[in-house]
Amino acid sequence: MKSGYFPGCTLKTNAKHFEDSAMQVMEVLGHPLEEMENWICCGTVFSMTTDDLMLQLASIRNLLRAENQGYDELITLCSMCYNTLKRAKEFILNDEENLRKVNDFMYKEDSKFKGTTDVVHLLSILKDRITFEEIKNKVTKPLTDLKIGAYYGCLLVRPKELAIDDFEDPTIMEELVDTLGGEGVVFPYRLECCGAYQTIIEKDVTVKRTYEIINSARNAGCEALITSCPLCAFNLDQRQKETSEEFLEFSTMPVFYFTELMAIALGLKWNKDWKKLHYIDPVPLLKEKGLI
Amino acid sequence: MKKIGVFICHCGINIKDTVDVDRLTEELADYPGVAYIENYMFMCSDPGQNHIKDAIHERKLDGVVVAACSPTLHESTFQTVLKESGLNEYQMEIANIREQCSWVHTDIEQATHKAKLIIKTAIEKLKLNESLYPVSAPVTKKALVIGGGIAGIQAALDIADAGFQVIMVEKKPSIGGHMIQLSETFPTLDCSQCILTPKMVALSKHKNIKLYVNSEVESIDGYVGNFNVKIKQEALYVDPAKCNLCDDCTEVCPVLVPSEQDEGLSWRKAIYIPFPQAIPATYTLDVENCLGLEPIACGKCREKCIAEAINYDATDTIIEEEVGAVILATGFDLYPVENIPEYGYGKYPDVITSLQFERILSATGPTGGEIYRPSDGKVPKEIVFVQCSGSRDPEHHLSYCSKICCMYTLKHAKLYKHKVHNGQPYIFYIDIRAGGKRYEEFVQQAVSEEGILYIRGKVAKIYKEGDKMIVIGMDTLSNKKIEVKADLVVLAMGIVPSEGSHDLVKRLKINTDDKGFLSEAHPKLRPVESLQAGFYLAGTSQGPRDIPDSVSQASGAAAKALILLSSDKIYHSPIIASVDEDLCSGCAICVGTCPYGARELNEVSKVVEVNEILCEGCGACISACPSGAAQQKNLTDDQIDNMIKIIASGK
Repeated sequence: MKSGYFPGCTLKTNAKHFEDSAMQVMEVLGHPLEEMENWICCGTVFSMTTDDLMLQLASIRNLLRAENQGYDELITLCSMCYNTLKRAKEFILNDEENLRKVNDFMYKEDSKFKGTTDVVHLLSILKDRITFEEIKNKVTKPLTDLKIGAYYGCLLVRPKELAIDDFEDPTIMEELVDTLGGEGVVFPYRLECCGAYQTIIEKDVTVKRTYEIINSARNAGCEALITSCPLCAFNLDQRQKETSEEFLEFSTMPVFYFTELMAIALGLKWNKDWKKLHYIDPVPLLKEKGLI
Repeated sequence: MKKIGVFICHCGINIKDTVDVDRLTEELADYPGVAYIENYMFMCSDPGQNHIKDAIHERKLDGVVVAACSPTLHESTFQTVLKESGLNEYQMEIANIREQCSWVHTDIEQATHKAKLIIKTAIEKLKLNESLYPVSAPVTKKALVIGGGIAGIQAALDIADAGFQVIMVEKKPSIGGHMIQLSETFPTLDCSQCILTPKMVALSKHKNIKLYVNSEVESIDGYVGNFNVKIKQEALYVDPAKCNLCDDCTEVCPVLVPSEQDEGLSWRKAIYIPFPQAIPATYTLDVENCLGLEPIACGKCREKCIAEAINYDATDTIIEEEVGAVILATGFDLYPVENIPEYGYGKYPDVITSLQFERILSATGPTGGEIYRPSDGKVPKEIVFVQCSGSRDPEHHLSYCSKICCMYTLKHAKLYKHKVHNGQPYIFYIDIRAGGKRYEEFVQQAVSEEGILYIRGKVAKIYKEGDKMIVIGMDTLSNKKIEVKADLVVLAMGIVPSEGSHDLVKRLKINTDDKGFLSEAHPKLRPVESLQAGFYLAGTSQGPRDIPDSVSQASGAAAKALILLSSDKIYHSPIIASVDEDLCSGCAICVGTCPYGARELNEVSKVVEVNEILCEGCGACISACPSGAAQQKNLTDDQIDNMIKIIASGK
């Protein structure tokens, strides 16, 4: 089984701390991530809003290149890359006509697209391949007394055919938090929409969502949120600025990528650069809990 | 050679417009074997039938071919004509020149030619027809009713009242089914127990009914009219004859078990009576939860029992009974609520099922009929009912409508309003289906006078905030997402076939549909009969239905069973398979192909034998037989060969 890592655009920029922490964590767990070569944009989830084959080409070209580089599976960190690549693959493979057209169009690539490379999210690898049991054995600094809400959003569990867990009642991230010694808190709005790209054209929609989601988490007792989606992270973290301005009684909450907390729990050093990529400073909370 | 009469029907213009009947009559008159031929406007009419009768007498005919419509319509009409004329009815053949000729062709020339060939094949078949007589067998005049809910009770009482013996088998410790759990019934709001218990008592006192509770049917062998039933009865640790219902045993029993009767809202002991009006009125020892039948482990109840009714050494028994007919009334269960995790059942005590709410409303329930919510015993001021919980959701849950939830939810809301006057019920619904007698009026009254708020849309999620349950749903009429803060949420769960019925129908080889409900023989014209002869269907075992429908259907099933039980003999078509003993090698290939279990290898003679009552004449064995020993009566290889020759010659 040869696994490749597909970063996607944000992991090299706004979510650099997601990539860094994931790389380090996987190194410690004995499954270092190997980045595939020559990757391009995943296509983003917009590509799935119509049946236009042209919009699937970015996804399929990535998968074809992974095939040619000999990867049996592509691991993604970003929920959107996972969702887009996986859905595009199913969409093309399930229709011979689509497959033929796409291959005809990509005649300049080295070979034809066959669909032999699987798309897997890192969370599934942690749970099914490495196992939470094994991770637990490697925890050196448990997240004791830290109450964390897992925010799934939509891309990990919808549509249900590619959900990484129960699509209505997932628990994989809460289980991970428990594995790390923290307390995974199930809060009502953990599957609600974050507002997605409305953040660009109608910022107010996202602000309201952020307000509702963070409040829902706080009411359930959460002290911080984790997510695996850079877009969700942007909306839930960066938009707390506008949310605080709009709703005066709103109190902020740090938002992490799940791998950041894994890194801490596995005894890795908290990288000061990561803090710069957070809008809500997570350091006071981490210090309070004695984690850094 | 047989003297054969051929009677060609015009069927008004149905045949005559496409088939030249006069030319047919002319051309077939000289065909070998034809002693008489005529055509007539309506052969099925009385004058038409008389034409046939007269010809049989005057021409001394041995057999008759009627060229007309499909045999499914008038075969028995013309068979009767032959019987009345003193001929064996199996010396009549129908040549179908309407459905298979005139109706599907337009060219007169070709249609007439095809009709001629069809008639010739019928003549050739008739030439080799044997005279046959219906197969008969005696009938055991006793019925078995499986399931002691309202449907089973009604069917058992009807059959017993008609003077026949009934055996009733119920899996639980008491009869009464789900109906005994209900509070009031729609649309009249009469008390469920008040109308059911008289029937339960009548059943227990009926001289023609024998009741086995804590029992299950293990197997049914034999055939229609003559079934051998094996019933497994759980050990009778409490002797019903000795038990005086003093209740001393439950007081000393240290084990608490969630009560089935109260849907887990209260506790019962490991030795218990399910509810005060239980039939039979006796205590049951729940072996699975009892601390141990070894007196060393506990033994408190036996020490306490003055009547000496408790015997820890009792064992399961197998009871054998012979019956003629079987009524299946195996009932329903609620769709598993764990399958809808987003509604939070199990996580939040104030999300309950509709049956649990029935218990809360019931005077004999855990709250004595007062409405308190389970978490903290507060009276709920706002209550949300979620209809179609599991129903009408083909993508995730049940594809079908569970039929009764609209009405029982409305009943719940009404009864709630009657008890909590300042309370506000909300009902999330897809459609309001109130297609029963006085059901729509029941709905209108509630909406206009009782202040029940209907919200059209599905509920997406339920969660807890503070001490409120937050119900998030869609109001599809205003196209807005809405949130209701409720004190209690009641899920109107859909209906599925009872859990125990799945194994039972497999053991009995009863047909079910893709949802597990028992299949009827015909969806419109034979709704209470199973495809398996001698089995009848009652109540929710066949599909979701309410009490009036269950009772009507049970009476229908009883009437059908009574037709069978009141016959001295059952008769069966003689068009069945036979075995030529000289040709049969005893390979028994046919035994495995028979879907009715009608063939068996005689180990002594090494020849296969046919049970004539079980054989349905499907022909599976005949095509499987390598030596040609298996032959269908009046449809032998020779007859089929001759018919094929006619068609193949095209003349």
